[in-house]
Amino acid sequence: MSERILEVSGLSVEIPVPSGLLHPVQDVSFHVDRGETLAIVGESGCGKSLTSLALMDLLPPKARRQARKLELEGRDLTSLGERQMSDLRGDRMSMIFQEPMTSLNPAYTIGDQLIEAMRRHRGVSVAEARDRAVWLLEKVGITAARGRLGQYPHQLSGGLRQRVMIAMALMCGPDLIIADEPTTALDVTIQAQILHLLADLQREFQTGLILITHDLGVVARVADRVAVMYAGQIVEEGSARDIFQAPTHPYTQGLLDCIPIPGKTARGAHLGSIPGIVPSLVGEMQGCHFADRCRHARGLCRAGAIGLREGAGQSHRYRCIQSLAEAAAHLIREPEAVG
Amino acid sequence: MAVVDTSAVDARAAQITEPSPGALLRRRIFGHAGLMIGVTVLAVIFLMALLAPWISPHDPFDQILDRKLIPPIWTDSPKATWVHPLGTDQLGRDYLSRLFWGARISLLIGFAAMLISGVIGTTIGVLAGYFGGKVDMVANFIITTRLSMPVVLVALAVVSMIGSSLTVVIWVLGLLIWDRFAVVMRSATMQVRNLDFVAAAQALGCSTPRIILTEILPNVANHLIVVATIEMAHAILLEAALSFLGLGVQPPEPSWGLMISEAKGLMFFDAWLIAIPGTALFLLVLSINLMGDGVRDVTAPDGRS
Amino acid sequence: MVSYVLKRLGIAVLVAVTVSLITFSMIYLSGDPAVALAGETATEEDIEQIRRYYGYDRPILVQYADWLFRAVQGDFGQSHYLKKPVGDVIFERLPTTMMLGLCALIFALTLSIPLGVLAAIRPNSLIDRVALTIAVVGQAMPSFWFALTMMLWFGIYWRLLPITGSASWANFVMPSIALGYYITPGVMRLTRAGMMEVLSADYIRTARAKGLRPITVLFKHALRNAIIPVVSLAAVQFGFMLGGSIVIETIFAINGLGFLAWESIQRADLPMMQAIVLVLSIFYIVLTFLADMLNAWLDPRIRVA
Repeated sequence: MSERILEVSGLSVEIPVPSGLLHPVQDVSFHVDRGETLAIVGESGCGKSLTSLALMDLLPPKARRQARKLELEGRDLTSLGERQMSDLRGDRMSMIFQEPMTSLNPAYTIGDQLIEAMRRHRGVSVAEARDRAVWLLEKVGITAARGRLGQYPHQLSGGLRQRVMIAMALMCGPDLIIADEPTTALDVTIQAQILHLLADLQREFQTGLILITHDLGVVARVADRVAVMYAGQIVEEGSARDIFQAPTHPYTQGLLDCIPIPGKTARGAHLGSIPGIVPSLVGEMQGCHFADRCRHARGLCRAGAIGLREGAGQSHRYRCIQSLAEAAAHLIREPEAVG
Repeated sequence: MAVVDTSAVDARAAQITEPSPGALLRRRIFGHAGLMIGVTVLAVIFLMALLAPWISPHDPFDQILDRKLIPPIWTDSPKATWVHPLGTDQLGRDYLSRLFWGARISLLIGFAAMLISGVIGTTIGVLAGYFGGKVDMVANFIITTRLSMPVVLVALAVVSMIGSSLTVVIWVLGLLIWDRFAVVMRSATMQVRNLDFVAAAQALGCSTPRIILTEILPNVANHLIVVATIEMAHAILLEAALSFLGLGVQPPEPSWGLMISEAKGLMFFDAWLIAIPGTALFLLVLSINLMGDGVRDVTAPDGRS
Repeated sequence: MVSYVLKRLGIAVLVAVTVSLITFSMIYLSGDPAVALAGETATEEDIEQIRRYYGYDRPILVQYADWLFRAVQGDFGQSHYLKKPVGDVIFERLPTTMMLGLCALIFALTLSIPLGVLAAIRPNSLIDRVALTIAVVGQAMPSFWFALTMMLWFGIYWRLLPITGSASWANFVMPSIALGYYITPGVMRLTRAGMMEVLSADYIRTARAKGLRPITVLFKHALRNAIIPVVSLAAVQFGFMLGGSIVIETIFAINGLGFLAWESIQRADLPMMQAIVLVLSIFYIVLTFLADMLNAWLDPRIRVA
């Protein structure tokens, strides 16, 4: 049984900039089921963070959001006003941010900041909210939790603060948690801890989790399904297994070549890299966004909009006019293109 | 046909070619309305001051007792005359001529006091920011001490004791209002001194005075200009206040503050007597402030307008 | 926290001692204070007698120690002119000036903080432009001229408020506005800038992500952090206002410390001038110390170090 928690279809974000209209997120569609982890992967500036902010309706004031469908547990989010949206935020859907150092208010104790959302959404007493906060702090692995409630953010380490942020996100028992690069700002040793913690809690509370990251190593460990974003579009989406075992889009392939995979990458082998830079997203773009960096690109790739095609696996989709096999065959015929 | 077609990329690259930094700066300067207005008004007042001996219709000290209190031409008084466009004061002196000559006093005092305070404040601030540690502590102490003494009161007391004159006013103000220079230069120097090119100069064995003069000062110059405008405006306002209280520039000199003071008793009957020098003072200070704000905006790293 | 308080206290005491030294040496600016006191017609014996009477014949350090020792106990000596203890006169006048300063501060803060906050929430909106205009105009307006102009309109033309004196609350309206308006621009600009910075902080996004009401986000999470530097500035400005009250009190003939200072300067009443400068300086030092404490209390990063 899989209960659908989030359904996103045709989500776009536009930001007016001096040189024209920026399209950082274009026609993005995905869904999250209860107890499922969807990883959104891509390099900086691909639109993954803005996608998450668009879901929460926390985009910068100048940005405009459009979507064919945006449903949280069957509730249409596009028609909600700021007031109704704020009723859902922190209650049914919550968010964990990248920078634990700056994401907590320096002027208030963590106890105060932990209980705020619950007091607002549930109207419970301070004592009740504090009990839940202590319970959750213990859950996220913080010792002497009750004493921590009176501490200020500057008294905690980065790892501890991120644990507090996670506990804060869980206060109202949300259906969906969006974690925007939750481990990027932390030490490598702590990254793994936080990630496992997130995965464990997600299993325990059966929430939906959207994990935004550029780290495929992270994805391989915790994701059920993966959406790969490039230049504002999802270029490939499927189960983690499909993405890692049978990547179909050249960009996914390129990304995977950049990381060592245990058992797959030979010791001492060179890791790949993707040449070129991300295209400007100002104004309308013709054809495949990846074409300028793709070694398989053909004239046809720039001819018109590239739609998503069904891939080999179940609910596996990719945005390319040729499968990798076709491209490979093509390469063999015209080997000069490899250079 | 698999060769990557680069023409599209090149075309896009050509479109985003940035204009040269100089052109960008020029566009920012001329696109900044406040800066342009400030510079224009200040230039007009400066010319008034500079050309006062030649453009004044009358001698500013000449008292014509049968021409007392002629109102300015925009009033509907039958006495108003183009001979005295801004009228005459209670001693029959031509108000327009006194206004022109008064611009000289305001600008002279403002500029000179700003120079003196600038030298003192910049020295303290740059030394504190560059050396830090004990030097910084001492400098901070001096700044705090200076800030705790009320400027107007101390200036009045000192001027009253050593006797008032243009030079005294300039020196007293100059010695009192250096605090902002010191505070701003201190933090600006602190920022600059940690940058790589200062470390590079130190590594090359440049002497400390040389580093301060050639590496630090040019890089804090924009802050210096902004503070200079603020303090010049400050000095002009203080001089006007001192003169208004009778302890600044002495009669019969045509200081704008003194003109307001002299007309104070008559202002209920002839409001224009204080309106004219007051407006002049306001416009002068406003134009200097607008210029300072403009310089700050134009030289800000993010180039916000 | 304790070490922080002690350190601040130590600095404050040191500054106070330095200020007292400067204030004391002020009487020697005019040369021999006995000669100045005796007047132009005095004989050699008269001067000698005055010198002995006021203790000017002792070594300077002894004089200073004696003066400071008495001053700490509230004994500032005899007024040369009023022939009354200086301390008594000052403490008689002090409440009026405090009252004026407080009213001015309240006026300034109630105008500048809401305007600064509104301007920060809606940058480039109409209200932002209004706030900016008030700031630019306020900075350029000579306070004495503003006071006179208000007097003319509210006191003479419209007859809404009394022009001079300090008998009732109505007497304080115009002086408070004149005095308070002067510090409004600084407070407003700082509030706006602080609020803008805080509103773009990550923790504001966190607060919004929690679904908190906009009003909670704005007042609890944003303003609390943006107000910290404003507190320091307000304290500093309050000190400046007390110093600046000399101009305003003189214009409106308010019987406060500022007016007393001006009268004493006119009468060359040295002990009185000294005492007023010292009292205002000490008051400023106490204020900044209190502001530091308030800041530490508002900012847990200082409080819980």
